[in-house]
Amino acid sequence: MSKITIPIGPQHPALKEPASFKITLNGEEIYSMDMRLGYNHRGIEKACEQRTYIQSLYLIERICGICSHSHSTAFTQAVEELAGLQVPKRGLYIRTLIAELERIHSHLLWLGVAAHEVGFDTLLMYTWRDRELVMDHLAELGGNRVNYAVNTFGGVRRDLTPDEIAHILKDMDTLEERTKYYAQVATEEATLIARLSKVGVMSKTEAETLGAVGPTARACSVDRDVRRDDPYAAYPDVQFKVCVDDHCDVYGRVLVRVNELFESYSIIRQLLKNLPEGPIAVKAPRRMPAGEVFSRYEAPRGEDCHYIKGNGTDKPDRVKIRAPTLANWRAVRKMIEGNYLADAPIVIAAIDPCFSCTDRAIELVRPHGGEVLTWGALRQFGIEWHRRHGLDFADLNKKFSQRMERVK
Amino acid sequence: MTAEETIQSELVAQFPFLAEKFRVQRARRLWAEVPADKFDAVVHHLFEKMHFIMLCAITGLDEGATFGLVYHLGVPSGMMLSLKVSIPREKPEWKTLIGMFPGGELYEREVADLLGVKFEGLPAGLRYPLPDDWPDNEFPLRKDWQPKHAVAPAAPAGEVKS
Repeated sequence: MSKITIPIGPQHPALKEPASFKITLNGEEIYSMDMRLGYNHRGIEKACEQRTYIQSLYLIERICGICSHSHSTAFTQAVEELAGLQVPKRGLYIRTLIAELERIHSHLLWLGVAAHEVGFDTLLMYTWRDRELVMDHLAELGGNRVNYAVNTFGGVRRDLTPDEIAHILKDMDTLEERTKYYAQVATEEATLIARLSKVGVMSKTEAETLGAVGPTARACSVDRDVRRDDPYAAYPDVQFKVCVDDHCDVYGRVLVRVNELFESYSIIRQLLKNLPEGPIAVKAPRRMPAGEVFSRYEAPRGEDCHYIKGNGTDKPDRVKIRAPTLANWRAVRKMIEGNYLADAPIVIAAIDPCFSCTDRAIELVRPHGGEVLTWGALRQFGIEWHRRHGLDFADLNKKFSQRMERVK
Repeated sequence: MTAEETIQSELVAQFPFLAEKFRVQRARRLWAEVPADKFDAVVHHLFEKMHFIMLCAITGLDEGATFGLVYHLGVPSGMMLSLKVSIPREKPEWKTLIGMFPGGELYEREVADLLGVKFEGLPAGLRYPLPDDWPDNEFPLRKDWQPKHAVAPAAPAGEVKS
């Protein structure tokens, strides 16, 4: 029997961003997957070599819209180390505050996307509504909802006022209440648990061998977090727990992220309570010394690495960036094998892929038959396939809306 | 003795040629340069005996007559060792490490695409990150590479003042 190639796409917006996966099916089951990444490659590393350090910082902030502060902090830390700058404590605290606000907005965003991929759209609506509280703070503190440009070499560019501090603390209480309910949904709601358990399974050994990072790895019992293991910014001064889970599946990845939300609220309270007085930045030179530095940062999606080689001029000789999603792709290939086609959207979504490096289409290789699907059609196929198998989110969506109405 | 110095002394005892080529930059940041023929032995020792089980990234460097490959290796508890090896520019061939670090496949493909280093043993697969119709022998991260066709279009007359 000859194999038939079925493209899903051609311009499919997986998670509203481009990527291409070539999936080989054995009946309903995924036999293997290959992927084509890179269509979003913008040559930023090369572009940095032709720009000054400070120009590069603004370019690097634009690698990603969701974790822009992650890349900007990883880069800033590297340059500060190269130049031997001592950042004032207050600057480090504000930098860390933005980092945790970013983690909250990213995790709430992911929770909504994951809910949407399985057909639980009410949860999408509520988590994205709650996320707006954080987005407003980021806009207030940085002047922008994304690309806040808070970092500069030697510290941060914007200070906090007592009003802003009070406002953030109040919203952390609101968000914590909301998140408690989401945690209850995640741990008690039978439909959600049944839909996500044993989907996208990867063992602890596989996660370690394949180099998985962030919540994807922590949901496989891999106890790693750069904030604790290789502390930077104000993390040595705060207490927090590294959230690890042993489910090793998509359900575990939900639990890890929900628990990390609580830790972020706690970190923000500690930072604001102990916010040191003093300057927020020191002056940085234009020319940076020659040398090599390697900076690590725990982005919402996992470890983000930046390498800089300076040559004594005002332009870097080499900038190398390893974003967390790149480290997780090899693991996705493993996690998706043996799953039903209907689970492909949620397994891919479960690493919280950030596609600023990727491609266009899903291609299905089936032993027989053929059709052309969009990502939306694949998502719909997944939802309906599980509905036929007894997992329907329609009732849950209704129940959830009613409960939220009562809370109001 | 700090943890960094312990690693330094263990490695130098095992591989005396590292004595001059090992640098402790600060806490958790170590740098070393190894000759190409000793690379395998050092990496195996780090992986099997010293728990450097993470490959965080591979940086490719254009250093004129040679290309530098920096393997950023890590211990889960936070220690990072950046291990550099140099290969000749006229024969940019190196070997894959995906047997030890399967997660490094895309890192190697990236260096292959952008710097033009051939990794022996890396299985055929989809390229990353350049497009399929990218011309052969064009490696953007080489210092002498210039985009041939990407000349900024001239500003329309009368609309933009430079």
